[in-house]
Amino acid sequence: MSSWLEQAPSLTNVLHYSLAAVALLLVVLGFVTYAIYFERKVIGWMQLRPGPNRVGPLGLLQTISDVTKLLLKEDTRPKHADKALFTLAPILAYSPAFAVLAVMPFTDTIQFADLGVGVLYYIALSSITVMGVITAGWASNNKYSLIGGMRSAAQMISYEVPLVMSVVGIILMTGSLNLKDIVYAQQDVWNIVPQFLGFIVFLIAAQAELNRSPFDLPEAESELVAGYHVEYSGFRFAMFMLAEYVYMFGMGTLIVVLFLGGWLPIHPSLDFIPPIIWFIIKFMFYVFLQFWLRATMPRFRADQLMGFAWKVLLPVALFNIMLTAFVITYQNGFM
Amino acid sequence: MPTPFSTGIRTEEMVLNIGPQHPSTHGVFRLVVKIDGETIKEAVPVMGYLHRGTEKLAENLTYTQIIPYTDRIDYLSSMTNNYVLCHAVETLMGLSIPEKAEFLRVIVMEMNRIASHLVWWGTYLLDIGAIGPFLYAFRDRETIINLFNELSGARLTYNYMRIGGVKWDAPPGWIEKAKEFVQYLKSELPNYHVLVSGNEIFQSRITGIGTYSRQDALDHSLSGVMLRCTGENWDIRKNEPYSIYDRFEFDVPVATEGDCLSRYHLRLQEIEQSIRILEQALDQFPEEGEVMGKVPKVIRPPVGEVYVRIEAPRGELGVYIASQGKDKPWRFKLRRPSFVNLQILPKLLEGVNMSNMVAILGSIDIVVGEVDA
Repeated sequence: MSSWLEQAPSLTNVLHYSLAAVALLLVVLGFVTYAIYFERKVIGWMQLRPGPNRVGPLGLLQTISDVTKLLLKEDTRPKHADKALFTLAPILAYSPAFAVLAVMPFTDTIQFADLGVGVLYYIALSSITVMGVITAGWASNNKYSLIGGMRSAAQMISYEVPLVMSVVGIILMTGSLNLKDIVYAQQDVWNIVPQFLGFIVFLIAAQAELNRSPFDLPEAESELVAGYHVEYSGFRFAMFMLAEYVYMFGMGTLIVVLFLGGWLPIHPSLDFIPPIIWFIIKFMFYVFLQFWLRATMPRFRADQLMGFAWKVLLPVALFNIMLTAFVITYQNGFM
Repeated sequence: MPTPFSTGIRTEEMVLNIGPQHPSTHGVFRLVVKIDGETIKEAVPVMGYLHRGTEKLAENLTYTQIIPYTDRIDYLSSMTNNYVLCHAVETLMGLSIPEKAEFLRVIVMEMNRIASHLVWWGTYLLDIGAIGPFLYAFRDRETIINLFNELSGARLTYNYMRIGGVKWDAPPGWIEKAKEFVQYLKSELPNYHVLVSGNEIFQSRITGIGTYSRQDALDHSLSGVMLRCTGENWDIRKNEPYSIYDRFEFDVPVATEGDCLSRYHLRLQEIEQSIRILEQALDQFPEEGEVMGKVPKVIRPPVGEVYVRIEAPRGELGVYIASQGKDKPWRFKLRRPSFVNLQILPKLLEGVNMSNMVAILGSIDIVVGEVDA
């Protein structure tokens, strides 16, 4: 698939490539639609409720009707909002969340761009989302959304540091920033075993990056009403929600690629199961974990949240880098 | 507190209006806070959005007619409100209450205390971001509500007690159902602790915040759990027993920390104690007997005044009645624990982080219907 990138542009391969991108978008949107349904069902069962079960068979059309409702709503904008920024914010939040998927190797063959610096690309792009959030908080001209936006910015920037640091161990082990190489390097043993510390740090920091429970402070309903998107409604609001879920999709794929051996089977003897199925199984496991946490965890406090990032996660991540470096140096016989 | 910007960067205070429509003010309660960054400099509670003038209305109602109004003061524990009014009039008139009615009263009051604490437990955790516990609490509360529904025909505003007794006898099989529920709740409570109390995030979130001393509590005339969390052992059921509470064995849970976590644990321990009282009361429940005492057709208490107080789920609930010998009170005054307990809020909120605001407000356990009456 990525071999198309190396050909001279012609009508055929440009068309193919555009169609593939649209197909990926549809797959992601389809995932989002049913991830929301799945989330509501799972959380519903955990909370003694049946979850959505009215629209369509088993409530399968619930999300579709919800989105339709959002689309048909009046597009309102507060009178004193900054017009340009208010419109820009949801786009800023949404596009990077989708763009990061371009480098994700879902299997050996399904990958859009096989970048040499895949990890770096992901991290660089995903940081743009925070701009959308803080822009939304500022442009709404609302005190709640301003506090929500500031909290969000502080949280996402703080947690990005341990998030990146926890990946460094893997990069050291693999010797490459290429996501495919990282998966190939896990043929014998998945990174979750040698990089367990890194995995834990990554899992926690990812949760904070995604603004999901127990780090869902930016949209702490009970304090800030809805946080940075309190003034948004209709499709602009849908964009934010979409960004959140697409970003979760991105983070899920990244965690599978980095730590859970990507499309590789759990044991070579299980090779007969197609790689994409393996990928989906691992990915769904991560998504389920998300919902599980959301159903059971209370929320962190803002000040404790920052302290936790800088005083606990970052030192652990740094220690992990040091440990990995020592082990690698020792194995190479330099000590 | 030293500001992080001592280098000459000027920060500005912002006035934030929380409520009356806000998800965690538990009704139409309004709080105007002045914040610097996320630190609260000053908090001013604004009350009265749910004021219905119950006390004034009562002056134009006969005593029996006031009972449904008391249902709507603290709508989470209507039974205790019913009781305190009946108890006041009975004290003024010197009426004696049949044994069976007393048992029914204690049983429903303790059940209502459990229901009220369960609602608090669920909504408090909802405030601090855990959505699950709320639904578990409401599942168990639902059983109590259904039992009350069977008894009085209403799920929330029971209008169950009358001056001289209670309106309805327990229907056949009701006591067995109640016993079954008490045993069920007894086995279910440990799960509540497993789900929430042991959670590290939850503990670090509310330990040591909203702290005040015993003297502060006494100065602000706090009562109930708000007082007992500072080490003061004061429970009207024990210290000035009313109804038949002196017949039952139970402990008064007391803590010394005075913070939100201690109040959380006290309320859960109170549920356990209520279960103990219920077990004894249901076992000793007399099958035979009247549920209404001998009461004159028209209730005209003698000239005089009376103040009675009981231990409601939120603290000391008192009623003052000044009677001029008519069938309506000349003056009717309620001492509403939510209203009194709320007065310490500005002091507790000063200088704390915004995200603690909800946790502290929630730990006071106010019902706005009672704050505003």
